[in-house]
Amino acid sequence: MSGASLERGLHAFKEAIDAPVASFFSSCVRCGLCAHACLFYTETGDPKYTPIHKLEPLRRVWQQEYSFWGRFAKALGLSRPVSDDMLTEWETLVYDSCTMCGRCSMVCPVGNDIAYMIRRMREGMAASGHAPQGLIGATQRAVTIGSPMGVKLPALQAQIRHIEQDTGLKIPMDVEGADYLCLLSSMEIMNFPEYTESLAKIFKHAGVSWTLSSEAFEATNSGIQIGVSEIAAELVQRIVDAAEKLKVKTVISPECGHAYMAIRWEGPNLIGKPFNFKVLHILEVLDELREQGRLKTTGKEAQRLTYHDPCQIARRGGVVQQPRNLLNMVADDFVEMPEAGTMNWCCGAGGGVSSNERADELRLKVFNRKKAQLDAVKAEGLVSACSNCRIHLEEGLEEYHMDIPVLSLTETIAEHLAEDKT
Amino acid sequence: MSETEFLLWVRGPAFQVATIIFLLGVVVRILEILVLGRKPDLAEARGSAVAGGLRAIISRSFAERATLQRTAFTEVTGWIFHIGIFVILLLFAPHILLFEEVFGVSWPALPTTVIDATTIVTIIALLAVLIHRIANPVMRFLSRFQDYLVWLVTILPLVTGYMAFHRIGLTPTMLIAVHILSVELLMVTFPFTKLMHAFTLFMSRYYDGAIAGYKGVNS
Repeated sequence: MSGASLERGLHAFKEAIDAPVASFFSSCVRCGLCAHACLFYTETGDPKYTPIHKLEPLRRVWQQEYSFWGRFAKALGLSRPVSDDMLTEWETLVYDSCTMCGRCSMVCPVGNDIAYMIRRMREGMAASGHAPQGLIGATQRAVTIGSPMGVKLPALQAQIRHIEQDTGLKIPMDVEGADYLCLLSSMEIMNFPEYTESLAKIFKHAGVSWTLSSEAFEATNSGIQIGVSEIAAELVQRIVDAAEKLKVKTVISPECGHAYMAIRWEGPNLIGKPFNFKVLHILEVLDELREQGRLKTTGKEAQRLTYHDPCQIARRGGVVQQPRNLLNMVADDFVEMPEAGTMNWCCGAGGGVSSNERADELRLKVFNRKKAQLDAVKAEGLVSACSNCRIHLEEGLEEYHMDIPVLSLTETIAEHLAEDKT
Repeated sequence: MSETEFLLWVRGPAFQVATIIFLLGVVVRILEILVLGRKPDLAEARGSAVAGGLRAIISRSFAERATLQRTAFTEVTGWIFHIGIFVILLLFAPHILLFEEVFGVSWPALPTTVIDATTIVTIIALLAVLIHRIANPVMRFLSRFQDYLVWLVTILPLVTGYMAFHRIGLTPTMLIAVHILSVELLMVTFPFTKLMHAFTLFMSRYYDGAIAGYKGVNS
């Protein structure tokens, strides 16, 4: 982020354009269908939130640099270059009103993966000095302190002590040769210690060998949200180093959608080599344990529960069926919201939007979409598997005066563990 | 230039030039995409990129239900005019004769009354598309000069073809010359505009489906 300039930004835009991006821009017919897939458009009615429009500076660079006709026009001085003013105008569109949820990518009739392009475009936005302050702060804290929220190891250790005192369970730290290395998000450490406690309970119940790492416990990756691949790679490398040092077979991404995308799908590409360990989301691990008969539950939640699919876990991550299998173990009345699964509506706070205070009002406004989904099924409890979604869902429900508890799926499973095993 | 000379020019040199620009332009536009390449994905695959890509080429022709309900007008008019254009282009007897002349293969035609009706429906659909583009806030906001130009060069062959068939306005020679000229205008415009989507959508749909399929998601 240091030494940001328009020149560096334009260079990053050029670097961001590969064959898929060029095919996407070549195919767009400006039909406007993507607008209707985006909650920032549907809840505001403002055409500027049309997803493909958010990419206009990148499209212009593609046209002027990589299309025959555009290069011709540029040579004749007929095209307008991307300017700093233009990027200033686009900053809020690219960061405040896009969660990279990828719903637009699912409806485009010519198959444009718009979220893929926004992710790449942010590299140029950050390099040109057009990233939001909130995200810059989070990214700096992630690099220097090790967590976007500024959580240091002593804070985690204090919390572990609390959990161990309260439950009598052991939270393993830096155990070499454990099967699983669990990552946490800062949000879980600060706001949801129950998650770590639940991991300890479930893994004891199922006889799983696991550990945390004192050198890499943070799972989120601000480098990806802001669009600085060098930083994103550095954050991934910390996890890779810890996993290799502890010789674990599998790294478990916590209840955070974005962290899963970062470590599972972007991680190896960021550091430029495949991992020599597996990466699973906690829901995948729990569902595997269920399948193996190692996860036994007792009793069921009586209230009507529904499940909010975090975008990066379901639509962008491919973990769709597992949470349903798990919920059916512990819910008597599990109902699906309209458009659940890969077409679920984003909560409105992903992709760095929640770290960007400037977007606070907008993200609460567009929560109206989630409200409509919840109203349709008259849910009495909302289960999810992403602590970032969870914080925002709680905030949104409060804003809209809806009295619906938000539950973590992992925690809900932990509460229903059968006690026959010791 | 007499009317006959004009027709001969349209069918001869003009058609050759238009064909060369069209073919060369399309090839250049496709190559300029492919040469950009794509980095291999180093994450462990959960599903098949190829299967996902191929699936998306087909599946993106059909919107899922909730999206269809929200955007029915765009979807329905889009379907009508695309199908209409292909039916008229490929199943009208004189067009088939032309294809036979050029490619040496022939196939059965639809009755001219059906083609006639299809043409009217397609023209109405395209008019609706234009009105929608101007009236709908999102589409008006997104639209640039090119979108209106492409609309014009798409509807012209339909209108001139309809006029030629019904002998409206000009002599038969001039009508057919103007019709062919309008098609040449479409061909020349094609590689420089979003008309290219007719070819590149196979690439964009494939890439989108492959990116999702690799992660085990049906896109």
